[in-house]
Amino acid sequence: MSSPNVGSLLHQPNVADKAFHIVVGIIAISAFLIVAYPLFFIIIASFSDPALVSQGKVVLLPKNISWYGYQQIFKNEQIWIGYRNTIIYSVVGTLLNLAVTLPAAYSLSRRAFRPRKVVMTLFVFTMYFSGGMVPTYMLVKSLNLLNTPWIMIVIGAVSVYNLIITRTFFESSIPDELYEAAVLDGCSHFRYFATIVLPLSKAVIAVIMLYYLVGHWNSFFSPLLYLNSDSLQPLQIVLRNILLSNQAMAGASEGASAYAQQLADQIKYGVIIVSTIPVLCAYPFIQKYFEQGVMIGAVKG
Amino acid sequence: MYQADAKGSKLNLARRTRIAGLSIWRDWQLWAMLLPAAIYIIIFCYGPMYGLQLAFRDYDFSKGITGGNWVGLKYFMQYFESPMFWPTMRNTFIISLFSLICGFPIPILLAIVINSIRKQAFKRIVQTTLYLPYFISIVVMVALLQIMLSPTTGLFSNALKAMHLIPQDMNLLGSSSAFVWVYVLSGIWQMAGWNSIIFLAALSAVDRNLYDASQVDGANKWQQVRHIEIPSILPTIIILLIMNMGTILSVGFEKTFLMQNALNKSVSEVISTYVFNVGIMSGQFSFGSAVGLFNTLINFLFLILANQLAKRAANISLV
Repeated sequence: MSSPNVGSLLHQPNVADKAFHIVVGIIAISAFLIVAYPLFFIIIASFSDPALVSQGKVVLLPKNISWYGYQQIFKNEQIWIGYRNTIIYSVVGTLLNLAVTLPAAYSLSRRAFRPRKVVMTLFVFTMYFSGGMVPTYMLVKSLNLLNTPWIMIVIGAVSVYNLIITRTFFESSIPDELYEAAVLDGCSHFRYFATIVLPLSKAVIAVIMLYYLVGHWNSFFSPLLYLNSDSLQPLQIVLRNILLSNQAMAGASEGASAYAQQLADQIKYGVIIVSTIPVLCAYPFIQKYFEQGVMIGAVKG
Repeated sequence: MYQADAKGSKLNLARRTRIAGLSIWRDWQLWAMLLPAAIYIIIFCYGPMYGLQLAFRDYDFSKGITGGNWVGLKYFMQYFESPMFWPTMRNTFIISLFSLICGFPIPILLAIVINSIRKQAFKRIVQTTLYLPYFISIVVMVALLQIMLSPTTGLFSNALKAMHLIPQDMNLLGSSSAFVWVYVLSGIWQMAGWNSIIFLAALSAVDRNLYDASQVDGANKWQQVRHIEIPSILPTIIILLIMNMGTILSVGFEKTFLMQNALNKSVSEVISTYVFNVGIMSGQFSFGSAVGLFNTLINFLFLILANQLAKRAANISLV
């Protein structure tokens, strides 16, 4: 051991370890608070008296509960049109994603399938090199998909990243012996895939489904670029109009202007909650698969 | 001899074609399953790459994408000589460099911290919370910023003012000096937890025996982090660093676009928003394509450079 000074105290395992766990605790708690508090604040501010919120008096608990914001939101037609559109795009889009990604990942996971290396390289190349915004826009335009709901469903039908995750899962988690046994019984690829591979792959299906679903739900760039009719706009565009462009919602402009602003703020808090809740509801169910999913994805493709 | 050889190779060729045919015949189901994805990638990924010739042509509405006159590098020169060249390059570079420098180490730190939490229940709560912001949409994220940083009612900006960390009359959302900080720090708030998962996964793969052995040798927790955990996640760190290098000149369009306003435009106009503004909004399709292609090429170059560097330094590479 070194000479007896203060520094050597840190070399005594129990003191150093205690200090370590204190530091870990402090960092963990502050990270937790930094992330959780703004979210918590939005929730309590969405049903507190907007005047108190704007004076900074709503900090830890909701005060003078008022549901005005939510009432306005439920009356607002544009939000529900956006909601409906987003649900349609997300559900149909995700189904298409799965229908395209899963079979392709299966094909590319078969080692006996000769073209798999070439195909994989061609797919991965598109992750790092793309035509860019303008040529993609021109393509969509020339396919007559501009301002149609189809583009919202078709665009991004395959994410190469998700394809790699799925393929890696098929390769590493489904034993080859199963396939050999199935072939002996005269099983085709179609049947093997549908009756054996898919039921064994719930974890990876959950992960990529979550990724695709959240991607569709939060998609903002595609509708901004490809849609312009109000009746087709998904929730995120409606949100942008309400939250960021300060388009006053019906009802928010009543009364004195300062108070009107406060009411408009309350509507914003409510809109944030209403639009984010579906994603957050799905989250706990799929959370246990996250780490598995990211880990599979980390294995290089 | 010659004849025999020719005969042999002919036979060989015939056999080979038959085998290739057989493989398509035998694997037709695999081909069929691959087909939808392949069609999508060909149309929507390689299609636009074919459309990139737009960058070298004068776009002519009546002749379509490939019909305009070939003008070579005209639009690239136009970009290099335009007054927006340096501002867009500089803004893009500064934002992504800051994001990388500030944003990269924090997930590693978080992973080590989370991995060291002993109470399982507390660990789960911290993890669940830290992953959560990843699922918030960019629109909501920017709205959150506007609420928290509003110069009059913003909780966060008022707290900073009360602590005298920023001047009383500062508007964090409309200030060109604060823009990069707001962008980068909010990005860390949203993404750091999620990005820590991959390091957590790497940490969970560390051999438990190493800890036990080091404990026998009298190592404390700090030394275990330094001599066991960091070396074991180093390959993951390097691979992620390479992948991030490949995006050094790309700044997410959505967040910048939504955070952009007249007051901060001098620092918030990045290449992607510029391409959107000139290429789509003002309809300069050829010019927009050229700027976009230039951006993609530089990113690609950075990726390859970083990959080579890492290959030479540590024998780790992506491909």
